Amino acid sequence: MSERSEHERSEHERSAYERSGYGRGEHERIAEERTEHERAEAAPAPSGASASGASIQLENLTKRYAGNPDPSVDNVNMEIKAGETVIFVGPSGCGKSTTLKMINRLIEPTSGRIRINDEDVTDIDPVKLRRKVGYAIQSSGLFPHMTVAENIALVPKMVGWSKSKVKDRVEEMLDLVGLDPREFHGRYPRQLSGGQQQRVGVARALAADPPVLLMDEPFGAVDPITRDHLQDELIRLQHELHKTIVFVTHDFDEAIKLGDRIAVLRERSHIAQFDTPEAILTNPADDFVSGFVGAGAALKRLNLTRVRDVEMAEFPTVTVDDPLQSIFNKLRSGPHNELLMLDRRNRPYKWLRRGDLMRAKGSLARAGQMVHDTVTRDATLHDALEAVLIDSGGRVAVTGRRGEYIGVVDMETLMNSVHELLEADRLAAIEHQHDLAELRHHQTEQELEGGAEKP
Amino acid sequence: MGFWDYLSSRHQQLLTDAFQHASAVFQCMVIATVLGILIGVVSYRSGWGSGLAITTTSTILTIPSLAMIGLLIPLVGLGVAPTVVTLTLYGLLPIVRNSIVGLRGVDPALVDAAKGIGMSRAARMLRVELPLAWPPILTGIRVSTQMLMGIAAIAAYASGPGLGNEIFRGIASLGSANALNEVLAGTLGIVVLALLFDAAYVLIGRLTIPRGIRV
Repeated sequence: MSERSEHERSEHERSAYERSGYGRGEHERIAEERTEHERAEAAPAPSGASASGASIQLENLTKRYAGNPDPSVDNVNMEIKAGETVIFVGPSGCGKSTTLKMINRLIEPTSGRIRINDEDVTDIDPVKLRRKVGYAIQSSGLFPHMTVAENIALVPKMVGWSKSKVKDRVEEMLDLVGLDPREFHGRYPRQLSGGQQQRVGVARALAADPPVLLMDEPFGAVDPITRDHLQDELIRLQHELHKTIVFVTHDFDEAIKLGDRIAVLRERSHIAQFDTPEAILTNPADDFVSGFVGAGAALKRLNLTRVRDVEMAEFPTVTVDDPLQSIFNKLRSGPHNELLMLDRRNRPYKWLRRGDLMRAKGSLARAGQMVHDTVTRDATLHDALEAVLIDSGGRVAVTGRRGEYIGVVDMETLMNSVHELLEADRLAAIEHQHDLAELRHHQTEQELEGGAEKP
Repeated sequence: MGFWDYLSSRHQQLLTDAFQHASAVFQCMVIATVLGILIGVVSYRSGWGSGLAITTTSTILTIPSLAMIGLLIPLVGLGVAPTVVTLTLYGLLPIVRNSIVGLRGVDPALVDAAKGIGMSRAARMLRVELPLAWPPILTGIRVSTQMLMGIAAIAAYASGPGLGNEIFRGIASLGSANALNEVLAGTLGIVVLALLFDAAYVLIGRLTIPRGIRV
């Protein structure tokens, strides 16, 4: 990576950070972060300059422990694409953690190969390998006798970065994970909350800009609310960095939320299903997977779709400056019983019903019902459904990054789009299954032929 | 002659003895610390290795100090040599045991993390395991020092240095005018030295235990 592009990237991150700002409510910050996504999507990806992900191939990876006739991990084959987030999910003791730890050879495989970016790393010096692979674990694994800055600086120092570069990098990483460098730089891990520790743990893992990041149940030990925030942060980070992330969890909801693809593992790390969250939810491969998916697959499916992906309902709007008469006319002419009033900056302001207008008598200053809750286009359908259910009128306004009005989502839109989604998933899954069956058929044919040739 | 008169008339000799006593203990402690931590580092991972180390050092401690010095005289002669060997051997047990306990007490998840981010074996030991095990090791060193302060007095039996000379001289001339003063001066001198050393350890602890793990 060139020095210049590195600099540009850190500039970008710093300014993004400043925009996100402190001292404001968490909601505002999250909303701001979401608009951050939009910007990142619209602009040519600035993170192209960073060392983005590397592909990982596991070939016949097996781990046997002495004294145990059955292997703990049995012949795992897997291809992880560059920049992909893959989640290993499975019951405890299924070998998912062991499989993960074989990727950076914390556990040496008994047999099989590991390739990172097509380079066989099975026999290279493990210390060298691990410096290129970020590693974050449960309850952060921060060294309590070192400050936050010292913890983050460890790997960059080990790989021989210059002092000033390491120093800049530490600040940059703290920025990146949403901690104020000035405040947290010199703190010791025990002076941080669990969530903050975990953020620093992720910052340490990413400090030397490794293409691959391994995460072993990193959010397992924090409370549900913090976990939710950390997951959002990780999604945001991944949006910027495009690392290849392998993430182990036993929480299927976490897997759905974070994963591009999910590997559902059963005992001995046998892959029960390795597919997109959508496919696993709508078409679990067998009883084991559907047992793991649990009840409410349709509800969970809502987490996978964003408001931007559904068609929004037509809804009449007026602005505060419109004369009363034109508002009346608009309501009378349309099929709707109410309309949405926008303020001067085009943001949703009030819901106005027919009755409100009747009672208004010349001034709308007190009429109608203030808009309490809006969702952004990046909100999941799950969030939208929640908002719709809570809202007395059964609808919620969708806003853009500056809070401007974009559309309205109501129960009917949601139901229609969910039905469509599920139907599409089902079709895709059937097609996929068909392909798989064909592939298997093909393979067995080949094997049979091969077997026939042997004496 | 009263005790204070005795002190003021002999303070030159007493100070020299005290200095030699302290210096002998200090030097033996340095050797014992280095050896003890090394033994701990080498043996803490294996059950039988650490068992062997602890059993051996505690067996050494059960040998009466007078006998130990007596046995060493034919081997290494009189004077400083038997003193240093004896004190070093006696000083090992608390340090070895606390090193092993301390190193074993380091959270395995942290060692795993250190490995996972690519620290070599030596870096793991020097930058993670030993700093985290340091508080119990320092306690071991402190206990060891207190013990050696007393044992060092026996060194005078083999013509070694230190305040033991005062005590032995007093015991040898029991009944004479200064006998009690000599014993008292030697004993009190050792107690004062021990307290001074202990204070020094508190200071060392403040300076060397990282703030992040200080209790």
